[in-house]
Amino acid sequence: MDTLIQQVVSGLATGSIYAALALALVMIYQATDVVNFAQGEMAMFATYVAWSLINAGVPYWPAFFATLVIAFAGGLLIQRLVIRPVANAPILTIVIVTIGLLVIFNSLAGWIFTYVQKPFPSPFPKEPVRVGEIVLGTHDLGQIGVTLIVLLCIWLFFRFTPLGLAMRAAAQNPLSSRLVGIRVGWMLALGWALAAMFGAVAGMMVAPVLFLDPNMMGGVQIYAFAAATLGGFTSPVGAVIGGLIVGVVENLVGTYVTFIGTELKFSVALALIIVVLLVKPSGLFGRTTVKRV
Amino acid sequence: MNNARARQVFLGVAILIACVLPFVLSNFRLFQFTQVYIYAIALLGLNLLTGYNGQISLGHGAFFAIGAYAAAILMDRWGVPYGWTLPIAAAICLLVGFLFGLPALRLEGLYLALATFALALAAPQILKYFEHWTGGSQGLVLTKPKAPFGLALNPDQWLYFLALGVLLLTFWVGGNLLRGRVGRAIVAIRDNPIAAQAMGVNTAVVKSVTFGISAAFTGLAGALSAVVVAFVAPDSFNVFLSITLLIGIVIGGLASLSGAIYGAFFIQFVPNLAQDISKAAPWAIFGVFLIVFMIAMPSGIAGGIGMLWNRLTRRRVSETAAVAPRPGMQPTP
Repeated sequence: MDTLIQQVVSGLATGSIYAALALALVMIYQATDVVNFAQGEMAMFATYVAWSLINAGVPYWPAFFATLVIAFAGGLLIQRLVIRPVANAPILTIVIVTIGLLVIFNSLAGWIFTYVQKPFPSPFPKEPVRVGEIVLGTHDLGQIGVTLIVLLCIWLFFRFTPLGLAMRAAAQNPLSSRLVGIRVGWMLALGWALAAMFGAVAGMMVAPVLFLDPNMMGGVQIYAFAAATLGGFTSPVGAVIGGLIVGVVENLVGTYVTFIGTELKFSVALALIIVVLLVKPSGLFGRTTVKRV
Repeated sequence: MNNARARQVFLGVAILIACVLPFVLSNFRLFQFTQVYIYAIALLGLNLLTGYNGQISLGHGAFFAIGAYAAAILMDRWGVPYGWTLPIAAAICLLVGFLFGLPALRLEGLYLALATFALALAAPQILKYFEHWTGGSQGLVLTKPKAPFGLALNPDQWLYFLALGVLLLTFWVGGNLLRGRVGRAIVAIRDNPIAAQAMGVNTAVVKSVTFGISAAFTGLAGALSAVVVAFVAPDSFNVFLSITLLIGIVIGGLASLSGAIYGAFFIQFVPNLAQDISKAAPWAIFGVFLIVFMIAMPSGIAGGIGMLWNRLTRRRVSETAAVAPRPGMQPTP
């Protein structure tokens, strides 16, 4: 029983990473109907930025927030420079462009920072928390806490600020939004910027566990895809819940179903994605889109 | 000289040059050209699906892997002659592709991209998992075949001609497939699925069969590569192989037969040139090329050459027309 609780908590911790990245994917999908295949690599690159800052002697939390600002600016730039020129092109074109970004970030990170794994500090104390017989990692708990705070900020932003409202409007009905004076292009860019920021949070939270290297986010991204698919690409809440479910299931399956273990990690994600798409393509919480032809 | 005639002449000259190459190039260069032909076959398969039929696959490396492993296991475990492994591997991939294509019918655009991307990531792990068959991470070591019928060719030269032969065969099959009724159905589904269906095209059948044929071509390329390299290992079929294939069809030219050849040359030789700068450089260059091509030249090298050719011939036509105006020789608008 104790093992079960511990596994569920550490599953929630991993799940919160998936949730953050899935949320980033969903934000971009909602605003522009694009699945950003480079989301994970952008997050990995942002984590390298944080690593460089910390290595240059900046204390953790200032480095953390500086990285968020840099990631924000980076996301904005990418949308303006690379995505906007192909915004009206067929889906295939946009998918290929994001794959191009994936490749570029991956190789740039390898080029600048080498492929050697690097340790990344955790801001939380090392001492585990004991509740009776149950031992919980502080990093796990901290990770969940940080994700919850991010979610709260986002919710407040979209619910209570005029800018958040404008962004929602631009995603829902670009034409009408434009007519009431919202600068739709910039709202989309802002969506990319925010998504890059969540990605950065996910990257910095997962790096102490996985160690930092250019391929760090490959596995995380595929699980984030699975999470977003499960929750529904049209639902931010769904993405978060999907992330947590996927994290917990992954951990429990890894512990109790021995023949899968970690060796078939990606196959589990593949199976999950395909099954969800076949059974309920809009995900658990997504809207079913009806196309007019 | 009209376009079709010019194309035939070019093709003839190209095949002639390809037949001379083995006797002038070093074995290492020859091996690289063999690789180019193998890539071209794989790209033809992917282009059929993604370029012509509009189904995005980011996981064709997985079919390449299945073909390669099918051939390798047949040779390694059962001692099947390598010549037979090629059609068998293609048939296996046809079946697997068809089966994967069935659920893919329900997945449109992005979702298919997602599912195939996951497939690409999962492939090496699955290969490692069935260690008994696949030899795990160590892979399988095979023996390089010698030239048959007492031909005076060394193994590299023979394999080169084998790859060239398979290449010509697949392009002949692919070309005929696309020129006919089926080809028009394949393209119609990409351009307007509803109109295609209204015209009586059975979209479900055509799409899943296209998936199968596409996988068969790519799997055939995989089997050929297993024979030529005489070694298979799971990590050479990672997600970057799938991305490499995607890069090949984008740079070469989507929905273009000749594009598969240009793309194959690109993915074989550009990384070699770039490797001198840094280990990571080829991929950075690939990425930049992908984005620049998508923004500036979405029809790839093949489209660029086509445009250039049209411009040149149009000028020539209008010049001759000016000298000696004849009916029926209007410059095309």
